[in-house]
Amino acid sequence: MSLRVLVAKVGLDGHDRGIKIVARILRDAGMEVVYTGLFQTADTVALAAIQEDVNVVGLSMLSGAHMTLAPLVVAALRERGSDIPVVVGGIVPPSDVVLLTAAGVAGVMGPGASDHEIIATITNAALVS
Amino acid sequence: MSDQAYEAWRRAFADAPLRSVPFTTMSGIPLEPVYGPSDGEFPGVYPYTRGPHASMYRSRLWTMRMFAGFGTATDTNTRFKDIIRSGGTGLSTAFDMPTLLGLDSDDAMSLGEVGRCGVAIDTLADMRDLFADIDLAHITTSMTINSPAAVMLALFVAQAEESGVARASLGGTLQNDILKEYQAQKEFVFPPRQSMRLVRDTMAFTTASMPKWNSISVSGYHIREAGSTAAEELAFTLANGFAYVELARNAGLAVDAFAPRLSFFFNAHIDFFEEIAKYRAARRIWARWMRDVYGATEERSLQLRFHTQTAGVSLTAQQPEINIARTAIEALAGVLGGTQSLHTNSMDEALALPTEKAARIALRTQQVIAYETNVTHVADPLGGSYFVEELTNEMERQAEALFAEIMAFGEGSMLEGCISGIERNWFQGKIADSAYELERAFNRGERIVVGVNDFREGNDDIETLRITNADEKKQRERLAKVRQNRNDDLVRERLDALAASARDPEVNLMEDLIAASVAYASVGEMMAAMGGVFGRHVEVPSI
Repeated sequence: MSLRVLVAKVGLDGHDRGIKIVARILRDAGMEVVYTGLFQTADTVALAAIQEDVNVVGLSMLSGAHMTLAPLVVAALRERGSDIPVVVGGIVPPSDVVLLTAAGVAGVMGPGASDHEIIATITNAALVS
Repeated sequence: MSDQAYEAWRRAFADAPLRSVPFTTMSGIPLEPVYGPSDGEFPGVYPYTRGPHASMYRSRLWTMRMFAGFGTATDTNTRFKDIIRSGGTGLSTAFDMPTLLGLDSDDAMSLGEVGRCGVAIDTLADMRDLFADIDLAHITTSMTINSPAAVMLALFVAQAEESGVARASLGGTLQNDILKEYQAQKEFVFPPRQSMRLVRDTMAFTTASMPKWNSISVSGYHIREAGSTAAEELAFTLANGFAYVELARNAGLAVDAFAPRLSFFFNAHIDFFEEIAKYRAARRIWARWMRDVYGATEERSLQLRFHTQTAGVSLTAQQPEINIARTAIEALAGVLGGTQSLHTNSMDEALALPTEKAARIALRTQQVIAYETNVTHVADPLGGSYFVEELTNEMERQAEALFAEIMAFGEGSMLEGCISGIERNWFQGKIADSAYELERAFNRGERIVVGVNDFREGNDDIETLRITNADEKKQRERLAKVRQNRNDDLVRERLDALAASARDPEVNLMEDLIAASVAYASVGEMMAAMGGVFGRHVEVPSI
């Protein structure tokens, strides 16, 4: 059975180069990928993830708002009784990685992650959950 | 070929003021201002392939314009003053995401983004703090803003006028390039046609009232950062430029009245010679189209002038100090390509917003090129290279092929072609395809990124800038205070007037926006007043 992944942009960040590349890499690796478009909120992402019954949510964040918004997405899922893991990719200072993990984020990918690393991070997150 | 171009260059050069430095090599060999056969192309002479001005950097170095903005207006004002003290010669304002999207700091969608990757501007009070104690009559200011560009221009004019600087004497640049927002940067608010009406209004307003102001900075930078090739960056940017020319002409403006105030903004990526060829081709194409297609006759309408920024996307989070070398090489390409102004990225920008130290090293990199290398002595030093000349021609051929496709969408109109290309997702798809293709090459190891897919040992952490949510709270409180102290009835009245004007597509909205700004209407309120009439643009998500 192939993994289902929802990739999302939360908040106001319009940088969509990374998310589109990641979406294509995952699709080429045989995963089913849903992209909900720009300017989503934590609630719209959680609802879409549950409705689409995905195995992993991937958030792409390049505006520096990850410390505020990523935990909100995790919380929005948990409040609805979902344990879907959330992975973050983008511009994340190394010191924030520990904090995001503590806030319930299952994996963080920085700039320069290879396709192997991206596929492994998503697959691991799905397996561990 | 005759020597006509040479004679024209010689006359223009003789009239140009020169900097008082010895124009020799380090070892004392005297240098000519330009080299080449007397029947060839010359800088400052049509089609300007070799540079917009005859004397280039012998008269004036490029403007070292460092892009900055974070936190509150007061924080950014402090950074601006640091830049000026360190020898920066122009300012460039980075706005935060809420401001870029025309939202107030207390909007629910602004959560976590206030002052984060730029400065938060809500009202005239913030604009006043942003430029406090900076002499706007002597230092030019660029504002990187697009969807709310008309609103930000109104706030800027309002703040200058209350401090006694007349709008006619303001020099600077508004990015105001909405087409590339739909194509690449994706910070759009209103639908394309309604947004273009605002661009038209700002062009008409600045043409009539702000003769020293660049109404649009037509920007390829973001197109390239989003993943396009160099030729796509070149073609899409110039196509957008032609679209604005058609927009203003359709509004009854004479081409030579506004074209001198269109400026450009290109990326300087890591492929050194390709970038230089891109800038050379850009000048030649612009000159030819402006003269032959749009009937411009003034020299300044034909001379493409541009700002350059080194490629953010070429920076690596791994071994970040290497980014200093990348940025130096990219900046040199911009200079050898004849840029009028330059921003150099800081080494830490794949990790966070730059620290003051990283930003200073980036500025110093420009100063090394400007003052130590002597590359400024000779205009277009690579002109005449068989390789660079052929690459310039190839860039031009590829751009012309893309123009033909866009023109076909618009049935002969570049304006309609650009809008149609956006509506059919053509630009967005091309850019995403090119980005993916490049990524595949990195992943297959066909292209090396030092420190990322090869030479990986030695990754040291560096100190990065921390921005806390304290700024967000401060900014929200500040906005609450402004709302409390202003005359709400007056704000309502002026917002209603703005909405009424928005309903009539023939009305220019700038005076309504300035009146609302003076009454302390917020950016979000002004955008909402127009949004009630214009509606919103929603992009259909595609991978």
